[in-house]
Amino acid sequence: MSENQFFIDSDKLSAKALEKKHRLENDPSSRADHMAYLPGMEQISSDIRDRVLHEMEHYDYESYTDADVRRALAHETCSVEDFKALLSPAALPHLEEMAERAKLETSRHFGNTVYLFTPLYIANYCENYCVYCGFNCYNDIRRKKLNFEEIKKEMKVIADSGIEEILILTGESRSKSDVNYIGEACKLASRYFRNVGLEIYPVNTDEYRYLHECGADYVTVFQETYDSDKYETLHLLGHKRVFPYRFDAQERAILGGMRGVGFSALLGLSDFRKDALASALHVYYLQRKYPHAEYSLSCPRLRPIINNDKINPLDVHEKELCQVLCAYRIFLPYVGITVSSREQKHFRDGIVKIAATKVSAGVSTGIGDHESKYEGTASEEAGDEQFEISDGRSFDQMYQDMSEEGLQPVLNDYVYV
Amino acid sequence: MKKDTFTLGGKEFSSRFILGSGKYSMELIKAAVENAGAQIITLAVRRTNTKKNESILDHIPDNVTLLPNTSGARDAQEAVRIARMARELGCGNFVKIEIMRDSKYLLPDNVETVKATELLAKEGFVVLPYMYPDLYTARDLVNAGAAAVMPLGSPIGSNKGLATKEFIQILIDEIDLPVIVDAGIGKPSQACEAMEMGAAAIMANTAIATAGDVPAMAGAFKNAIEAGRAAYLAGLGRVLERGASASDPLTGFLRD
Repeated sequence: MSENQFFIDSDKLSAKALEKKHRLENDPSSRADHMAYLPGMEQISSDIRDRVLHEMEHYDYESYTDADVRRALAHETCSVEDFKALLSPAALPHLEEMAERAKLETSRHFGNTVYLFTPLYIANYCENYCVYCGFNCYNDIRRKKLNFEEIKKEMKVIADSGIEEILILTGESRSKSDVNYIGEACKLASRYFRNVGLEIYPVNTDEYRYLHECGADYVTVFQETYDSDKYETLHLLGHKRVFPYRFDAQERAILGGMRGVGFSALLGLSDFRKDALASALHVYYLQRKYPHAEYSLSCPRLRPIINNDKINPLDVHEKELCQVLCAYRIFLPYVGITVSSREQKHFRDGIVKIAATKVSAGVSTGIGDHESKYEGTASEEAGDEQFEISDGRSFDQMYQDMSEEGLQPVLNDYVYV
Repeated sequence: MKKDTFTLGGKEFSSRFILGSGKYSMELIKAAVENAGAQIITLAVRRTNTKKNESILDHIPDNVTLLPNTSGARDAQEAVRIARMARELGCGNFVKIEIMRDSKYLLPDNVETVKATELLAKEGFVVLPYMYPDLYTARDLVNAGAAAVMPLGSPIGSNKGLATKEFIQILIDEIDLPVIVDAGIGKPSQACEAMEMGAAAIMANTAIATAGDVPAMAGAFKNAIEAGRAAYLAGLGRVLERGASASDPLTGFLRD
């Protein structure tokens, strides 16, 4: 896959900015060492990264056979080796069987419940150049950071729609959206919602502790890809470029007192089978080290962004995505699986009956446009979106649809203690 | 004939089936309670911590005793806080302590459970601790003021039945409080087996919630529990482990 599908030049960039952008894109030596921590980044002592990357590097999925897959499906508990077989191309002909097994595991651990939540983007400023992302610092979009009044207004609109779990997101800019700003947003969110999660730039343990005290209890960080060489070619500038600091984010969040942590690779960026293996092993090893914490996995695929509609998830078709999710469920039956509005209605309606336990509803990935989106009025003030969504169902619609699928929608299953 | 009941926190119950309310649709809960003939239903405080249209409380008949659980607690202090929350929500003073520090198997932490039992019993709660069937812990729970002990049959949600059978039998034999078998009961026959052993009651959730016909499975459990109880009261006949017993007694030659 070429990175060039991602490169888009805005005519609003100065000659100097363009020159720097092109140099970053074309000359690897102009880019910072992506394995070196920047000043202020906490380094924890952990062997999880080495273990995950070691397994991933040695994973030869072509070597698994039909017999390996059958054996894996016959085992009552799924070993790491079984999981590797289930992720391999040899398992694709067994997709229906895998789905049946996954459904059984899901119902054993979660019954017929499905959790509903919505994301709230409070700022889209970003200091990183991640070539596939709509928020990247070279992309010409309308930037916005909500003030506290605007945050309250957005939260009220969302809460009034019936949603009780919120995921607060920002672009990755420490200077524009600092930890205190996010902390204040968490405090506001705890007034309107029962359950507050965060998807922000990775921070240090003491900062996670502060955000926990402000009311947040779940932290999601997407590693995007676990292939550090590939990672280096996609995240060209900014703190996000530092691969190991991002990798250890969930562990720092747990050490900071967060109840739960979420993980994901962005499928389509690199070899999706290896990335799926690494994502699940990241959860698996951390769970063994911190058994009290709660874990969840997401499975986003690449989506088009503003100014670049060529971005797509490549070889990760719905069938492959379903295979990954079934394999996750069989290997990690106790883990929550979230399927976002990046996926279409038919896929989400189908996958919640097999493996997924959480879906978003009433989604906007823009900044400050919930009122206009929910009420169908125009908003000229809003900040632009991170990516295009594929399932625009409102909360009410999703609640109704999930009930009609025979599932019990759950708005909250959480207490802050 | 004397009515066959058991007592928790001064309250008498004739049904020995405690029904869980997690993992299934609210409309089914009412039907399940009715078919189960249950007089006690558990509910997770974390699930009732909701704003509207969702509250399980609205779906539970008034004559049923609520048994809120502390699911989500990772230590004794958190369990105490959740129990107090339950009381404030109007769930009464019964509480089932669930303290888990493992998100994979959801096994109860016995040490923290004893601590929480003591604290909550002192606050006037009727405390029913979910526990791993360990005799020393069960005795500590008695001393801490528990109203019953709730040993697990097998890992929660596993439907594997009485994997801990021998140890539950020890608790039944040695502990003077009601022993309520909780977690892992997957089939009516397993519930029946536990009742035959002398368990005071059975708590089940997943087995019913994930059944094809929820109300019908609730009814099947009710019958199995009653049958097991009746067998226990009747006194089970001898069950031979192996071979037949000689019809002429081996000791028939003894003269005085």
